[in-house]
Amino acid sequence: MRILRGPVGMTAMSNAEAEGSIPSNAAVAVRNLHKRFGALEVLKGISLTAREGDVVSIIGASGSGKSTFLRCINLLEIPSEGRLWVSGEEVHLKPGKDGNLVPAQPRQVEHIRARLGMVFQSFNLWAHLTVLQNVIEGPVHVLKMPRAEAVVRAEVLLQKVGLYEKRHQYPSFLSGGQQQRAGIARALAMDPKVILFDEPTSALDPELVGEVLRVIRTLADEGRTMLLVTHEMSFARDVSSHVVYLHQGLVEEEGPPQQIFGAPISARCRQFVLGSIAA
Amino acid sequence: MDMSYMVDVFLELLSGVPLTIQLVATSTAAGMILGLLLAFMRMSSSAAVRLFAQTYIFVFRGTPLLVQIFLIYYGLGQFHHTLQDIGLWWFFREPYWCAILALTLNTTAYTGEIFRGGLQSVPFPMIEAGRAFGMSRFVLFRRIVFPIALRQALPAYSNEIILMIKATSLASIVTMMEITGLAYKLISETFRAVEVFVCAAAIYLVLTFVITRVVQGLEWWLSPHLRRDPKWMMRRDGDRHYAKSQAASSGGL
Repeated sequence: MRILRGPVGMTAMSNAEAEGSIPSNAAVAVRNLHKRFGALEVLKGISLTAREGDVVSIIGASGSGKSTFLRCINLLEIPSEGRLWVSGEEVHLKPGKDGNLVPAQPRQVEHIRARLGMVFQSFNLWAHLTVLQNVIEGPVHVLKMPRAEAVVRAEVLLQKVGLYEKRHQYPSFLSGGQQQRAGIARALAMDPKVILFDEPTSALDPELVGEVLRVIRTLADEGRTMLLVTHEMSFARDVSSHVVYLHQGLVEEEGPPQQIFGAPISARCRQFVLGSIAA
Repeated sequence: MDMSYMVDVFLELLSGVPLTIQLVATSTAAGMILGLLLAFMRMSSSAAVRLFAQTYIFVFRGTPLLVQIFLIYYGLGQFHHTLQDIGLWWFFREPYWCAILALTLNTTAYTGEIFRGGLQSVPFPMIEAGRAFGMSRFVLFRRIVFPIALRQALPAYSNEIILMIKATSLASIVTMMEITGLAYKLISETFRAVEVFVCAAAIYLVLTFVITRVVQGLEWWLSPHLRRDPKWMMRRDGDRHYAKSQAASSGGL
């Protein structure tokens, strides 16, 4: 069971206690993670454990550090301090010249990233490749899967996200919702241990949000482990097994969705949740 | 103008085409590789390497190719004792190699800048997606960065090839008998400048036309993502149908 945390002061303490030991079934574990950009400290010591099958939603106001936190997990941002495990393997970080951490083994970073799927806010599909080519790119050129096998698997995934008919189209010819579904298929093709969603519907027109959320919900129902940064509160309430509310780079409150959305302890969290749902 | 004489001249000048093509092909091929290297140096994290690349580009873009050819062929000739000592005289003795060297050094400077523009125009989100999928730097470059950069750089690069075709005419100054060299020789024999130069110009025109077309074809072939589905383009009401198909397919799962 996770410990319910009160506001700020307690978080730091439980971080210190938890450091160094992670549950055996943790898909992602983060302990006391800090991220600084120059003098600006965006993340001020975050700990989080996502067990296999968990759907963890990370919510919070703009600038609370949600996206930075997610990007630290697949090392698109390198944490300034703290420890990180992905499917039981600790990411080796060492102090760099400027006092921040750097990866001790660049190859390990590549291995870790290949095990984490990433779905971006603005899709980030490769424009010069068709939808199908986008989906097989990782399996063929990173996982070294035979092309024919990758194509068969990709077609199944595209079927699943409803894009089979569009597989030979280029991303620029697709709507935002279709591009994001292609982005999800591309992430799934790597057969990731954990999928990270970075505000997957924030760049979409309102009428296209539903089709993407439906796909994500299917994945949640399949028991996939997912970390989801989102502004879609009702969606987060429905699909998550665990919700983390970030405020100014710290975990202000976390717990099951019933707690966060029904009876939050922190006043700030209550205000944020009420405000978001009303909007 | 005497047509039968023009035909004679034309056939005579055609014998210079292989040398022109050789000069262009060798120097652009070498310039492509060196230019890519230069583009990387220009973007290097080391200030010294960057400064070297910047200085190189500054010098070779800022001085006339003709002067560069003179300096390499006649200028280095002054130091032939030294060049003999270090075993490079065989190279600098030949106008052919001097012309190739000058053309290569010159096109490298321009190509480097064209490639840098292409590389820097690769949208960062696509690079980030590659990283997020665990691509190594090499795979990322080979599969994502370079293909996109090449597509961006191609229009500007085709210009550079055309400029190179025309630049080979300067090799005639160091006794190369390519198209312009032959034309010059014919004029000194016959003093019929108009006929001879019109023929020479026509041959250059054909060469640049062919190159333009080839690169355009390459561009078209590499950029299906920027084209609409040809099925829609064939129709007179293509745009409307395209919009409709988009609207229809974006609706459901």
